[in-house]
Amino acid sequence: MFEIVERQELAQGTIISNWVKAPKIAQKAKPGQFVILRANEKGERIPLTMADTDPERGLINIIYMVVGKSTALFKTLQVGDSYLDVIGPLGQPTHLEKVGKVVCVGGGTGIAVLHPITRGLKQIGNHVISIIGARSKDLLILEDKMRAASDELFVCTDDGSYGHHGFVTDVLKKVLTDNKDIGLAVCIGPVPMMKFCSLMTKDFGVKTLVSLNPIMVDGTGMCGCCRVQVGGQMKFACVDGPEFDGHETDFEELTLRLRSYLPEEKIAYDQFKAQHGHKCSCGT
Amino acid sequence: MAEEEKEKAPKKEKIPRQKMPEQPPDVRRRNFEEVPYGYTPELAMKEAERCIQCKDPRCRQGCPVEIDIPGFIKFIKEGDFEGAIRKLWEKNALPAVCGRVCPQEVQCEGLCIVGKKDEPVAIGNLERFAADYQRLHGREVLPPKAEPTGKKVAVVGSGPSGLTVAGDLVLKGHDVTIFEALHAPGGVLVYGIPEFRLPKEIVFSECNYLKKLGVKIECSQVIGRSETVDELLENFDAVYLGVGAGLPVFLKIPGEHYIGVYSANEYLTRSNLMKAYDFPNYDTPLVRGKNVATFGGGNVAMDSARTALRMGAEHSYIIYRRSHAELPARAAEIHHAEEEGVEFLFLTNPVRFLGNDDGFLTGVECLKMELGEPDASGRRRPVPIPGSEFQVEIDTAIISIGSGANPLLTKSTPGLALNKWGYIIADPKTGKTMKPRVWAGGDIVTGAATVILAMGAGRMASNSIHDFLTMGW
Ligand SMILES: Cc1cc2nc3c(=O)[nH]c(=O)nc-3n(C[C@H](O)[C@H](O)[C@H](O)COP(=O)(O)OP(=O)(O)OC[C@H]3O[C@@H](n4cnc5c(N)ncnc54)[C@H](O)[C@@H]3O)c2cc1C
Ligand SMILES: Cc1cc2nc3c(=O)[nH]c(=O)nc-3n(C[C@H](O)[C@H](O)[C@H](O)COP(=O)(O)OP(=O)(O)OC[C@H]3O[C@@H](n4cnc5c(N)ncnc54)[C@H](O)[C@@H]3O)c2cc1C
Ligand code: SF4
Ligand code: FES
Repeated sequence: MFEIVERQELAQGTIISNWVKAPKIAQKAKPGQFVILRANEKGERIPLTMADTDPERGLINIIYMVVGKSTALFKTLQVGDSYLDVIGPLGQPTHLEKVGKVVCVGGGTGIAVLHPITRGLKQIGNHVISIIGARSKDLLILEDKMRAASDELFVCTDDGSYGHHGFVTDVLKKVLTDNKDIGLAVCIGPVPMMKFCSLMTKDFGVKTLVSLNPIMVDGTGMCGCCRVQVGGQMKFACVDGPEFDGHETDFEELTLRLRSYLPEEKIAYDQFKAQHGHKCSCGT
Repeated sequence: MAEEEKEKAPKKEKIPRQKMPEQPPDVRRRNFEEVPYGYTPELAMKEAERCIQCKDPRCRQGCPVEIDIPGFIKFIKEGDFEGAIRKLWEKNALPAVCGRVCPQEVQCEGLCIVGKKDEPVAIGNLERFAADYQRLHGREVLPPKAEPTGKKVAVVGSGPSGLTVAGDLVLKGHDVTIFEALHAPGGVLVYGIPEFRLPKEIVFSECNYLKKLGVKIECSQVIGRSETVDELLENFDAVYLGVGAGLPVFLKIPGEHYIGVYSANEYLTRSNLMKAYDFPNYDTPLVRGKNVATFGGGNVAMDSARTALRMGAEHSYIIYRRSHAELPARAAEIHHAEEEGVEFLFLTNPVRFLGNDDGFLTGVECLKMELGEPDASGRRRPVPIPGSEFQVEIDTAIISIGSGANPLLTKSTPGLALNKWGYIIADPKTGKTMKPRVWAGGDIVTGAATVILAMGAGRMASNSIHDFLTMGW
């Protein structure tokens, strides 16, 4: 059993942060790796990236958006409650290297995944420019942590309620234009955001890493559910990734495959909401 | 017929092979309960009488673990079911499993002398009976355990080979811990083989038995990630690798990304391990296809096609590039699939999947094949008939053409020697790998094979590990 020792609601309760007791994993985890969690015996195996770790206290931090049945179920877990299984660390760690100047772009919950990578890139001596965005000011997460992990930080909101009014790609274009010496871009967020960022960095000839989030089952390369096309080859995101070259990634295929279970997801979520009186504030 | 027999008297009346009562096909094709109910004690004793107790039993040569087959059958004949299970346990730690899943027709029963003129003795059914009787009615008998040796062994993977090694070594007094990547132990027995063929309760009871003997089972531990083999070697005197052949093989034809295309591993893991057949009571979903095609002809394909029926398919096809005679699955599985209404398209090879704009699978284009010259395996090679393309309308495809070596553990373990397909090279007599203090066996050494061969490899390795731990070699 993996106990939750700290819990916070972010972005008006649409995003939850948990610090979970998992000493072995906390010791091992590196930026970019993920865990698979199960809440109870009947639960799905849900992959979530580790947003942070505290090896001394034996804790890992997960930050997730409530989007369906399983994440809504996770949201019901309070401090003192436990996950039944936490498996990891899984996936390849981010290849952190000193390239000089880098740009880190994060959208939505992707900022949580981006943060440890940003921090790692800065720690090894890169000059880090970060761009983070959300739909509106209340939905923006981890601004302070990202500021601390970056040399320069730009904030955008789709509705203009805070920072630059518009998408992260607008700011990315300006940053790439002004900084011809950027050697690496890391873009993590919703699929369309990663796709458009990658198209832009390609124009500028800047190598780009994205973090892919296909549906998974085992997370050990056994089932092939998480297959993605990268550079015309079939890759398993759970073992070969989750980070891949954004210029080689087939985002259309990923978008389609993420829709595999729309009807089933709706059935499960509706049933859950009916059973739980839908007291949450997820806005649906 | 009966008249003739009588005339031949005084010869003893010939007993026909006793059938196990089973669910009728039209009922069972829509539920996940086990198909055969098993023998009653009366039926088992009657079947046991058919064994003529050969002095030099040929069946025994056909059993990869050399069970004393006439020996255990004699006990059943006499109604001493505890005697029967003890006899089986001498050689086989998982008789309830083997009785259900061994390809008896090419092993023990294939050589049975009675089978020359009549149907062979139902050795598998009897083995299953003895094990089930023990589990359901027997008194708990834990075998004697040797004094603790103070030696520690790590077993990676909880499939039949890992379970065998763990069971053997714990009885010899060693301190054994199993590390399993998934959240439940059993390997293919829990995530692959469906409930209707091997009830999971049986696998759990086998694992519980090991726990009672003192084996520690740590689930959700992915060796290579959670911990490496080298790290295990710091804390354990010996390590056994029984990680199976868990790498899905795809057809490598266009359209495999469409929604509705599954590897058999994914399809079966969702339905078995995650219990997707009980969605939404269980959270993991699985597409309930109307027209399902499974590609391949082995046990895995039969299991997939029969699972699809139980998930509500109107048509469940098996598309196989050779003919009926070459199907590699167990005879019983083919028979059960046919009875349940699985439709076979033989001499047919898929060339591409078809899909709609939303990314959903809508069909598969296939080519007709004909059998040409025998290939390296001695089977006649299927060759495509030009211009024979045709389409089958399907919404679900299950690719079941084999599995490969999963590189997750082997890649993270320096010093292991691998063959060109990525399987671990191990001494076939001892299971020793090229890495000191590391043994391996089962599907990760041989490639996808059978439960009993994986157990046999485990038995050999456990002997070698025991020698090493007690004598240093
Ligand atoms: C390696 C990896 C790391 C991830 N890290 C994080 C993380 O740190 N924080 C976080 O909030 N989420 C993360 N995700 C996504 C997260 O796993 C899914 O949001 C979650 O599985 C949804 O489950 P659900 O039952 O709540 O929703 P469902 O009912 O299953 O889905 C609801 C909707 O969410 C979308 N969805 C479904 N599965 C996924 C998926 N795997 N990825 C993205 N969207 C999906 C679909 O559009 C679907 O309609 C990660 C995914 C992967 C593969
Ligand atoms: C659907 C299906 C039907 C079958 N039907 C039959 C049949 O009827 N008769 C028959 O004889 N055989 C059958 N087989 C084959 C048989 O199941 C296998 O040959 C046998 O299970 C191999 O045993 P094993 O112990 O080598 O590996 P497995 O049973 O594959 O077990 C390996 C275990 O190791 C775990 N593992 C893998 N990597 C790691 C890691 N890095 N760290 C920790 N754990 C890890 C896996 O999760 C798994 O639990 C079938 C196979 C399948 C898939
Ligand atoms: S283990 Fe398999 S081969 Fe051996 S007697 Fe039993 S059924 Fe036959
Ligand atoms: S999740 Fe099964 S192979 Fe990646």
